[in-house]
Order: sequence, then structure tokens, then C-alpha cells
Amino acid sequence: MILGFAYGAVLLSFASGLLALLMNQRFMLLELSRYWCKKFPDRSGHYRSLLENSLKERRYPHLLRQAVFLLLGLSGLFAAAAGLSVLVVDTVVTDQIAFGLPWLPWHVRFDGLSGFFFLIIGIAVSAVSLYGPGYVHAYDDSKHPFAVLGLFTGLFVCGMLLVLLADDAFFFMIAWELMSVASYFLVAFQHENPANRRAAFLYLLMAEVGALAIILAFGILASFADGFAFDALRNVTLSTHWASIAFVLALLGFGMKAGLAPVHVWLPEAHPVAPSHISALMSGVMLKVALYGLIRFCYDLLGELQWQWGVTLLIVGTISALGGILYAMMQVNLKRLLAYSSVENIGMIAMALGLSVIFKATGHPQLAALGLLAALFHAFNHALFKNLMFLGAGIIQHRTHELNIDMMGGLIRRMPHTSKLFLVGCMSISSLPLFNGFVSEWLAFQTALQVSVLDNGVLRSLIPVAAASMALTAALAAACFVKVFGMMFLGKSRSRHSDKAHEVKDKVMLAGPSLLAGLCFLIRIFPGLVISLINRVAGQLLGQTLPNDTALGWLWLAPVSTKQASYSPLLVLIAALIAGCISFWYLRRNPATVMRRAEPWDCGFGGLTPRMQYSCHAFAMPLRRIFAKAWIIDEQIDKDLQGALNQEVAAIRYQLQIQDHSWPRVYQPIAQGVGRMAEQIGRIQTGNIRVYLGYSFVTLLFMLWVIS
Amino acid sequence: MSWLIAIVQTLLFVALAPLLAGWVKYCKCRLQNRKSPSLVQPYRDLIKLTHKQPVVAAQASWLFTISPYIIFSATVLAATIVPLIAVDLPTSASADVIVMVGFFAFARFFLALAGLDIGTAFGGMGSSREMTISSLAEPAMLMAIFTLTMTASTTNLSIAIDHVVQEGLVLRPSFVFALFALMLVAIAETGRVPVDNPATHLELTMIHEAMILEYSGRHLALIEWASQLKLMLYGVLIANIFFPWGIAESFTVPALAYGLFAISGKLAVLGLFLAISETLVAKMRLFRVQEYLGFAYLLGLLGMLSHIILEASR
Repeated sequence: MILGFAYGAVLLSFASGLLALLMNQRFMLLELSRYWCKKFPDRSGHYRSLLENSLKERRYPHLLRQAVFLLLGLSGLFAAAAGLSVLVVDTVVTDQIAFGLPWLPWHVRFDGLSGFFFLIIGIAVSAVSLYGPGYVHAYDDSKHPFAVLGLFTGLFVCGMLLVLLADDAFFFMIAWELMSVASYFLVAFQHENPANRRAAFLYLLMAEVGALAIILAFGILASFADGFAFDALRNVTLSTHWASIAFVLALLGFGMKAGLAPVHVWLPEAHPVAPSHISALMSGVMLKVALYGLIRFCYDLLGELQWQWGVTLLIVGTISALGGILYAMMQVNLKRLLAYSSVENIGMIAMALGLSVIFKATGHPQLAALGLLAALFHAFNHALFKNLMFLGAGIIQHRTHELNIDMMGGLIRRMPHTSKLFLVGCMSISSLPLFNGFVSEWLAFQTALQVSVLDNGVLRSLIPVAAASMALTAALAAACFVKVFGMMFLGKSRSRHSDKAHEVKDKVMLAGPSLLAGLCFLIRIFPGLVISLINRVAGQLLGQTLPNDTALGWLWLAPVSTKQASYSPLLVLIAALIAGCISFWYLRRNPATVMRRAEPWDCGFGGLTPRMQYSCHAFAMPLRRIFAKAWIIDEQIDKDLQGALNQEVAAIRYQLQIQDHSWPRVYQPIAQGVGRMAEQIGRIQTGNIRVYLGYSFVTLLFMLWVIS
Repeated sequence: MSWLIAIVQTLLFVALAPLLAGWVKYCKCRLQNRKSPSLVQPYRDLIKLTHKQPVVAAQASWLFTISPYIIFSATVLAATIVPLIAVDLPTSASADVIVMVGFFAFARFFLALAGLDIGTAFGGMGSSREMTISSLAEPAMLMAIFTLTMTASTTNLSIAIDHVVQEGLVLRPSFVFALFALMLVAIAETGRVPVDNPATHLELTMIHEAMILEYSGRHLALIEWASQLKLMLYGVLIANIFFPWGIAESFTVPALAYGLFAISGKLAVLGLFLAISETLVAKMRLFRVQEYLGFAYLLGLLGMLSHIILEASR
């Protein structure tokens, strides 16, 4: 039954991809329907009119698009149902499918961890399928075929779901590659732009290098085991060295997909160029699938964890989190900014995972469960609000034809619904209390504060510092999203397009982000609902759950014990409403003090223009100066001078280029090294046939020698 | 009973906050050889503002008019968490010290958004600076607070303060460092000299005032009240974490009265110190603030390390 839901989700997503292929086959369908009508003339009267109607030239693409997204949405619902049911029943289902290699059927295993990520995918895909028809409508006039977009979206979702189901290394890699390659085509969707092709190629390259690392990691495990099935890999006991090598390879491979620094560079390139609902899926969900891989590999397959791995994860996570938010701060392209913010959030999740690994390795399984809970909960929250923000970004791009934050402004008055939804996303991502992002961060802090149980002095001083950098990250995230919301929605509009923007008419399109915002709202009040689900995942993975979870009920959150920490969002919300209402009522009761509208203070000079507002770069300028070492900054001010003594400034041009440190430090040396090696190898290619014949002869001799 | 005490305590917080602001102003004026306004002047200002008609900029959105209520409520909620005259409060259990820091962030988020809403240069300037300073101050503050929470092994403020009272007078090096760190952060977060000057309206130096330049009437009253409340909150935090003696541990009338008396005395001394430091120190350039807050962070870190190395039980 549970597995039926899961298979249903996979098949439906696959079917939605196939259905999209029919987009260009209208005439074939027309032929087919005529043939069918001729063959069964008596039964087809009603169907015929329906079919002919729907095959009309104008309605057909519209209907087909609806159908494709309907199937995708059903797939999302099935995935969510499968995930929920396996978590609620708290069980593990296994199966085998007779595909694949003759001696290795595909092993399928559906447990709590897979179920939890199924739930994430299900919610995200459902929201995207509500949003999708309205969004892809814009591609109607362009030459980009919907067939391609629909096909690869279906395959992409299908691949992600299969990754979660896989229970042998072979099947896992096939599903993984399906996910990577399908998403490559989605990134390259608008391929007429060279920048998009470059971004897509970079993405594919990194995805494949990452896949190689993962294959090697599985290879290490498999070489000690008898087979590729995860069951066999689980039973292997590796020496610490081999286990560490496997861990590093897995961290590299999965980290490349998840976007951990310094292998995050594909994210800010690929996210802005993909269609928005695809970036939402990639950022909100695919990164989580990579995290799933990492968790599965470390906790489930490797078995014995080392605390050094936890420290590695903690450090990598800290660098990603801080670096991600600092780079996000400097971006003006909204989707690029969101991509960097994903790096930050993945970094936070990695930090919580690192804490969990440290506690697990030092023999505190209950705290390990707490860390895992914080990580998984943050993954869930991030999927919700990052999806929400990418969908919002899509709407805004749709309406203003802009992604440059500096060209927007004042949208809160023109797009009231979108602005409210986006505000919910901004508040969640800034981890303000009463919003869901805060709960997971609170749990991470609670984990970090339990450091006094550790014996190791280095760890005991390292973890609080990591916690403080988590606080810095959260505070910077708040600053960053104040900037985003302030520049986009508040103030005066900075360009003609944003001045003429108006709200989306399509209610269904807004329903996607509204669903996500509603879930953010629900979870912020009842975090216990999700936490009790995650607790079962922890129970299956670590054999340990949090004891106090149910003792206090769903109203309270007290992860360790009530003596140590507790949080009750509902009570806090009620108190906030009371305080707000009293002050509101008290102050508004006097009718003499009704608000009056007037022009704002302009220092007496008159004529405030939109260009006098703070811009994106201006807002971030103090932080740019304080953390100047974090970026490669190229700032240029050109003045046009004229007048008698050449002293009057006629015009000023300001240019600011921010570059990622990882390019000159990491990637360019690698690229140069590869080039140099290619040159060395190129030397043996003389282009002379005699030399090549000589090579063949020597090779032949060598082979004969080996055989004999 | 305990809920009643908690509510009364919150009301006391809200009611006494302007008095503390008046006291600081009084001390400062006396130190500078000026005639001071009356101690209740902040109350008169607040009442005056609530009776005035608020003037709102023409292009202001709903966010601008709703922000003062959100800012005030968030600050009041933070006040419910901090024990003022008695420990062992039910409200402290519903939200801990990290949530309190979160409420400050919540209020600041809306204040900064409101600053950006009108689209004048001042608002943007204030928001940008405020977010910069607060994002540097928050880790320093949490570092100092973590020292306390690790000593008491709880993030529940009420229990933590109770723990400090029970331990008695012990000289902990970590607490000395944390005290100084928290004091520096408090000055930065409440917008006092040398980081910001609450009395200035000079364009180039404004931070907090720049953001609220467009507010008037009851909106301004709420924001002013919230910032007075914030000053008092930090004062109470410092007083009750590091010198908690006198706080009521049982809900009896003499104990509570003694607790009120004790906290008034402590706050009066702290206010005096604040006035002295504001008189002696000049305001910093904006780009020196990072060094100042970096120093606060370092103190917090030293406190944490000395707790781990010197004091932890193993």
C-alpha cells in the first residue's frame, strides 16, 4: 500500500513527462481520433465532440499543459501521501524490481528517512504544479518547446523520487544520473543565450565529477562487501582509514550537488538561468536529495562514525553558511541571491549534521538525535520557504521583466498578494521567532549548547564558536532579506517596468506559493507535528529518539528537558496578538487622531526622486567595508569633468564587480592544471602514421607479454 | 498565582521603562552641569504624542503603519521572558533567552523595513546601518549569554538566574568577561553613545533616529516606548544575571516588594554608570563600531573559553 503510493508517484511523474511529448503531435492525435471514430461509430458520439473540442488548435496546448501539470501535481500528492504514511506507520518496506542487470535486480527500500524526503518532494512538487501552468504560459510565444520542459521536469522529479527509493548502489547511481542529466536540460532550456549554455555546462561538469566521487565512495564500500546492495554494504566493517576516505569522497560528491562551499559555484550560475519553477525544485528539493544521500551514506551505510568527520562537516558547514550569506548580500540579481542563500542554508544544515555526528561518535545518541532533528527540520523548512521565494521571484520576473533588485521598488502597492507571500518567506528565512525558520535554528542552538557533555577540550571550545557564527549568519540573513524586501517591494519604483507592474490575475498561480506560505504558518505554530515525524526517522537511523517529545504534548517544544529549554510558539503567538491588539485598541480609540497623509520630509529642497533612495549596493556598503576580505571587489568611479578648470562634475559612473574567491583560488588552478596535463599528453600525438603504427606494435608486444 | 505575577511584572516593565529613560537623562544633565527635565518628562512626552494626529507620508504602505504595533508588541513579549522582580515564572518557560534575542531581531526587522518604506535616503541609511550594527552585535550577545546558559546548563532565563542565586557569591572569571561583553552589546543595541546618539538629529550620525524620521503621533510614541523598554530590558538582564541577589524566589508580598526595591536600586546604579560613560566618551565614527563590537565578541569568547577551561566540572 505504502509502496504503491511511492510507485504511483514515480509513475505519475514519468507519465507527465511523456504526456508533454504530445505537445507537438496534435495532428497525429487528430488522425488517431478520426480513425477511432470511424472504427467505433456508435459509442463515440459524446467522446467525439469532447475530443474534437479539446484538439482545436487554440485550446489544445492549454489543455495539454493543464494535464501535464495535473499529473505532476498528482505525483506530488502521492509522494506526500507515501512519505506521510511510512512515517506515521513507522515501518520499513522493501521490494525488488526485476530491471537492471541480470544478477542485480533493483532493490527498493522505503523507510522513515526516504519517507521524510518524499514528503518534502511531494509538497514542493504539488506547489510547483499549481504554479506551473500560469508560469509556462509566458513561454508560449517564444520558440522554446513546452514538450522539452515538460518531459525533463517529469524525468527530473521521477529521478529524485527513485534516488530516495534506491537500495543498491547501482540503482542509486542510475537514478542519480537521471536526476542530474534531466536537470541539465532544464538549466539549458533557454539555450540561445551563451551564458545559459555555459552555466548548464558548468552544472553538468560538476554534477558528473560529483557522481564520480560518489561512485568511488560506493566502490570502496563494495570492494569489502559481497555485492552492491545496501544491505551488503551495511554489514561491512571498514578500517578507519578506508572509512574516512569513503566519507571524504561522499562529502565531495554529495556536497557538490548540495552546494557546500567551495564546490558550490554551479548554484549561482545555474539557478538564475533556469525557469523559476525549476529553480524552485532544484534549490528547494534537489539539494535536499543530495543531503539525503549524505545522511544515508554516513549514518546508514558507513555505520561507525568518527568525530573528526563531524568536525569536518561543522567547519565546511560554517564556511558555507557564512560565505553563502555574505555573497548573497552583495548580489543584485534576485535569483542569484537566492542561490547563494541556499548555500547558506545548506551550510546551516551541514553544521547541525556535524554536531549530530560528533555527539554520535562520542557516545551521546540522544544529542545526536537532537542534531539530526535540527538538520532535517531545517531541510524541511528550507524546502518550504526557498520554494516560496523562487516562485515569488518567478511571478515578479513575469510582471516586471526584471530580476535586478535595483530596478524594482514599490511593488507592495501594486502586487499586494505576492508581497505578503514574499514577506512570509523573508521572515521565515531570516529566522524570526514565530516563523518556522526560527524553530530549526533554535534546535541547532540547543544542540550546540549541550557541548559540556563532551570530554574533548578542542571540541568544547570549537562548538560554541561555531554556534556564534551561526548567530552571525542568522543576523546577516536578516539584514540580507531586509534588503531584498525593502528594495523590491518598498520605497518608490526605480524603473518603468516596476512602475507598471500589476498583480497576477491567475488565482491558481498564486495558490502554489500560498500553499507553501500556509504550511510555513502552520508549522511555525505547531512545530511539534513535524518534529514527531522526524523523531521516527531518528529512531530508525540512530536507534534513539528524544524522550520528552510527547511528555509535554504538541504545544511545547522541549528537546532535552523542560529544565533546560522549552519553547511554546502558540502561547507566544497568543501573547503577541494580545499585546498588539491592546496597543492598537488603546491608541485608536480617539477619533480626533485619524491619520493624515502628507509629503515626506525632503529637507526643504523638494522633489524626492526614486534615485535618491538607498540602492542595493548602498545598503550593503557598511558590511562590504567591514568584511572586505571576503570578496574580490572591483569598484570603479568614473567622473566626467568639464568646465573652466575642469572641476565641474557633469556625470558620475559607478561600477561594482563582486567576484567569488573560489574561482581564482580553486577552479582556475585546476583548469590550468588540466590544460597543462593535456599539453603533456598531446606530445605523443605526433600526427605521423608511422609513429602510431609503432605505438600499436609496442602495445601488441606488451599485451602478448602480459598474456604469456 | 504565578501567571498573575508574570503579568504584573510585565506591566511593571512597560510602566517603568520611561522612568529609567528619564533617570538616565536626569543623571546626564546633572553631570554636564545642566538643568534637567523632570523625571516624569518621558511620560508626558508619550502622552502628548498619543494625543497628536499622526502624519504619514503619502506613499507609505500598510507595512509602515502596522510596524509600530509589531515593534512594540515584540519588545513587550521580550519583556515577559525576562525576570524582573521574581524568578520561576511560567512565561520564561514558554520562551527562552534565544527567543528573546529573536524578538529583538523581529522588532528590528520591521523597524528597518519601515525605514525603507517611504523611499527617502534617510530611512535607507538608518536601516542599512542598524542592520549592520545589529548583525555584528548579535553573535557577541549570544556569546555572552551562552556563557551563562552553559554555567546553568539551561537556556531558560528564570531557571538560570535561580541557579546563579543558589550558587551564592562565586567569582567566576567567565562571568566577568561576559558582563563586560554584554554591557558593550547593550550600549550598541540600545543606540547609546558611543555607537549612536539618541539625542542627535544630525544627518550623518543618525542611526536609530534616521529610521523613524517619518513617524509621528502615536506611531512615534510606540516606537519611543519600545526603545525605552529595550534599554530597560538590557539593564535588567545585566542586573539580574550578574547580580541577581534580592530577586524574589517565593511569591510572598515582602519578598516581591524587596525584589522590586532591589531591582530599582540596581537599575538606578546602572543608569548612573550609563550617564557617566555617555558623558566621558565621545561618539565613534561608524566604521569604528566593528572594532568595538569585535572587542565585545572577543570578550564573550574569552568568557566562554574560561568557562570551558577553568570552570567546567570535568
